[in-house]
Amino acid sequence: MTAAAALLAAAGLAALTACSPIQPWVKPYEREHLADPIMSFSRDPVSTNYSEHVFESREGARGATGTVGGGCGCN
Amino acid sequence: MKFASRCLFLLPLAFAPALATSIGELRTGTPAPQFQLTSSSGKPLSLTELKGRIVLVNFWASWCGPCRKEMPLLEQLNRQYRSKGVTLVGVDVEPDSTAAIDWLKATPVSFPILFDVDSKVSKLYQVEGMPNTVILDRQGNVRYIHRGYNTGAENEYLDQIRALIRE
Amino acid sequence: MHGRRNYTRLVALAGLLLGCAQAGVLPDDRADILYHHYNGGGMNIQGPSILVRKKIGDHVSLAGNYYVDNITGHVDTISGASVDAISGASTYHEKRTQESLSIDVLQGKTTYSAGYISGNEPDYRARTAFASVSEDMFGDLTTISFGFTRGWDKVGERGTTRNDPLERRNWQLSLAQVLTRNLLLGLNYETSESEGFLNNPYRLVRFISCSAPNARGYCTQPEQYPHTRTGNAGSGQLKYYLPWHAALEGHYRIYSDTWGIVAHTMELGYTQPVFRSWTIDGHARYYRQNHADFYSDLFPYQDAQNFLARDRELATFKSLTLGLGASWEFHPTRWTWLQKGTMNLRWDRLKIKYDDYREDWLNGLLPGTEPLYTLNANILQFFISGWF
Repeated sequence: MTAAAALLAAAGLAALTACSPIQPWVKPYEREHLADPIMSFSRDPVSTNYSEHVFESREGARGATGTVGGGCGCN
Repeated sequence: MKFASRCLFLLPLAFAPALATSIGELRTGTPAPQFQLTSSSGKPLSLTELKGRIVLVNFWASWCGPCRKEMPLLEQLNRQYRSKGVTLVGVDVEPDSTAAIDWLKATPVSFPILFDVDSKVSKLYQVEGMPNTVILDRQGNVRYIHRGYNTGAENEYLDQIRALIRE
Repeated sequence: MHGRRNYTRLVALAGLLLGCAQAGVLPDDRADILYHHYNGGGMNIQGPSILVRKKIGDHVSLAGNYYVDNITGHVDTISGASVDAISGASTYHEKRTQESLSIDVLQGKTTYSAGYISGNEPDYRARTAFASVSEDMFGDLTTISFGFTRGWDKVGERGTTRNDPLERRNWQLSLAQVLTRNLLLGLNYETSESEGFLNNPYRLVRFISCSAPNARGYCTQPEQYPHTRTGNAGSGQLKYYLPWHAALEGHYRIYSDTWGIVAHTMELGYTQPVFRSWTIDGHARYYRQNHADFYSDLFPYQDAQNFLARDRELATFKSLTLGLGASWEFHPTRWTWLQKGTMNLRWDRLKIKYDDYREDWLNGLLPGTEPLYTLNANILQFFISGWF
């Protein structure tokens, strides 16, 4: 996908919020559970980054993990 | 939707621990919505009792980092200005007060903490971010609304309280 | 090794979900020291990873990472394959170091991030720059991020003057969405483009029907890869808060590229706090892919195709990883500058079953009849984290 298309999509969504009638259905004072550290997608980034590196250097697939590829001559 | 919220009416006294007036938009210069909640001492506290004093209502939760960070500073403010006609009220927005009570045991404060377990007051005051601080004048009008906490916000509270004291 | 960017986003999202402040929230200040240890398939890789993150004022957060892989491998001298230690295999040692620095700037509901990663090995030099923008909307229920990564690598070869370039360009688009008080959704899309010297200068492919076969009956030639590779990956994850104070996570990713590889990843995770200060994590990951178009374990003759590969990474295989983690939280009263700390141990068992990669280092077998290879590896992580 091109950078321009993605940027347009993001900008479009941002513009949508300005005139959106949608009220947040989860209020800030209702986010107790979501705020719990166990609900984080990555509680310990140092560990998540390492695990992703272990898999990426042994598999053909890469990307869409949330980490940035640093490049390496691994394997 | 905003118009739907305007259709809410006075709830019968016998029902909820919180009394609600009609929910309009929370605007500065308008009378603050009335409420009554059970406090940490076990006794109910109503906003009407505090008329004649400058009131700072702080909505917080034990799971909210910036809220916890702000508390000691609010405690300082309370100790300084309690004798000058300012009352600080903390409203814990959690449905389960256990975590808040535990936290208060470790970090006690000298101002009343009210428990908004049904989130009625949070809705009334349209809490859109945490923490949320609303400052009311002696006549019970909303004068300042603070959403969130940034380092140094307590100085803004002080300036605003001093201005209200001088009125 | 991978630096930070979108996990900054996801970590920041966790902060955002606190609903604290009208604007977004930067990640917590913390420091982590990790010791990692991988053992399997004839390789032993261990080393530290140190991650430090610190806010400057209310709007800026800096993070730095130092990572080392100390590699000890065993290579079969004939096939060049990485093997379990057997007689006739030669041992090699290598060290890979990676340093990264990143910055996050928060302005209202928007977070701007940028960073730089530098990786060095004796025969490989990697330089990566990345930047991204993230925006909260719909009452902080939604976060959209867009990022770009650019890499410049130099591929070398021990004993030669090889210094071939490899350029990388990745685009990422992410959405994080609060669905209910107990349910989170994450969607990711990433396109990756690579151009340049994409193969490994040491790796060989094997073929039969040659004039001078080796002791095992086949000949070898260097692998030949295309000069470009474009891949697309899309993933989704859900995280659910269970009423007894636990979390369940499911994740799925699909990947497909111009080399013909299609891969599926499925993960399931369970997190359970126990007693007062312990947290237990269980994790299962299933991965499968089909081989690249130009991959073969054994080619029929020399130069059988324009492109030739025998890299395990491009083979057809299924992989299962099972992991267990334990974390202990402590609040030292003696050091007031430390808000909280954790000690963590994580063990993962990785098993990869190859459908078309054979144990070509075995003697006395007809080429193409060797048993299919299965990799078993143990991965250990021990780390201490501090929040200040």
